[in-house]
Amino acid sequence: MSNEWPLWEIFIRSQHGLAHKHVGSLHAPDAEMAIKNSRDVYTRRNEGVSIWVVKSADITASSPGEKEPMFEPANSKVYRHPTFFPMPEEVKHI
Amino acid sequence: MYAQMVETGAKRLRSLEELGPEERAFQERVDADVRIEPKDWMPEGYRKTLVRQISQHAHSEIVGMLPEGNWITRAPTLKRKAILMAKVQDEAGHGLYLYAAAETLGVSRDQLVADLHSGKAKYSSIFNYPTLTWADIGAIGWLVDGAAIMNQIPLCRCSFGPYSRAMIRICKEESFHQRQGFDIMIKLCQGTSEQKAMAQDALNRWWWPSLMMFGPPDADSVHSAQSAQWKIKILSNDELRQRFVDQTVPQADYLGITMPDPLLKWNEDRGQYDFGPIDWEEFYNVVKGNGPCNRDRLRTRVKAWEDGAWVREAALAHAEKRAARAKKAA
Repeated sequence: MSNEWPLWEIFIRSQHGLAHKHVGSLHAPDAEMAIKNSRDVYTRRNEGVSIWVVKSADITASSPGEKEPMFEPANSKVYRHPTFFPMPEEVKHI
Repeated sequence: MYAQMVETGAKRLRSLEELGPEERAFQERVDADVRIEPKDWMPEGYRKTLVRQISQHAHSEIVGMLPEGNWITRAPTLKRKAILMAKVQDEAGHGLYLYAAAETLGVSRDQLVADLHSGKAKYSSIFNYPTLTWADIGAIGWLVDGAAIMNQIPLCRCSFGPYSRAMIRICKEESFHQRQGFDIMIKLCQGTSEQKAMAQDALNRWWWPSLMMFGPPDADSVHSAQSAQWKIKILSNDELRQRFVDQTVPQADYLGITMPDPLLKWNEDRGQYDFGPIDWEEFYNVVKGNGPCNRDRLRTRVKAWEDGAWVREAALAHAEKRAARAKKAA
């Protein structure tokens, strides 16, 4: 079996002001071709104004097995949400 | 449909109590409509079945470009040609979304392609029929893409995250395919009597194979039951087929052409159409490789892959050379 082209993760910014969002992946020999190919694969209907490509192998991800210790601490800190603080009816603009 | 008769490895359906702790937790997540992501624990059967199903779906998109590509050079106008090219390019895109989704399950693209070329992996039976006239391009968009949408919309809710996301992207684009096909049919049916006859002939040839796309009745299939439990199959083959018939017959009425089925009749009690028996012998024969175009389709795919090998190798060599040069300069 021949050498496969490396896998790239593709991020597209849909319009000015929004963040790049992961849309999928594709194979390409280098970054330049990855951008050209993502133009054809992921923006055939004006979905984007900017493309980022990142080699999949370069992404470090949190482990699904550690989801609890990783994200559980936020659960007990409801005071981080504004709705935690009841405001008197007569107080406005807060 | 685009994936037909997907084997699950299951002998019988097991209840929650019979599952080990990991598998039970997995099934409970699926039951609660929580998406399963590639790095989550999953039963080996689920992984293997998904690889089979998603790759079969991907192969169908790719092989599906061939019958339509056949008419790009002969489209009747420049506008129709541009539209058909855009449609075929979409199919390539859909194949790529799906291959990428399958690859998240730990199988390589080269392996997937090799399995298609060796005949180990299947693609939908529908693409083994020839496109004899321009009206076939209309009929494919209208019927084949219509059937595909019917199947793919429920799959947007399937349990595997990458597959579900690929389906959502595909469904957004698929509606254009069906409409461009129906638009071709409208033009032909409003044309000369020869053109209308051409549309009727295409419907005659594509109607039954389109109904076969949904696969054989799956009431007794343990694989269908297992896939349903895993939520990678949402509706049964017969349910989808019935919906497709009910939706499509009024469209044919609008065109003024008729399905090649003398038993097709509205059933007032059921609120659905009754339709005649499907020739499953023909279906199994096509699936086994003996349809009108099976050998031709595979030969074309293999040739394209082999003829493109030097391009893939050269692009990789070029990228490596440039990377080495950049490293040296740094």
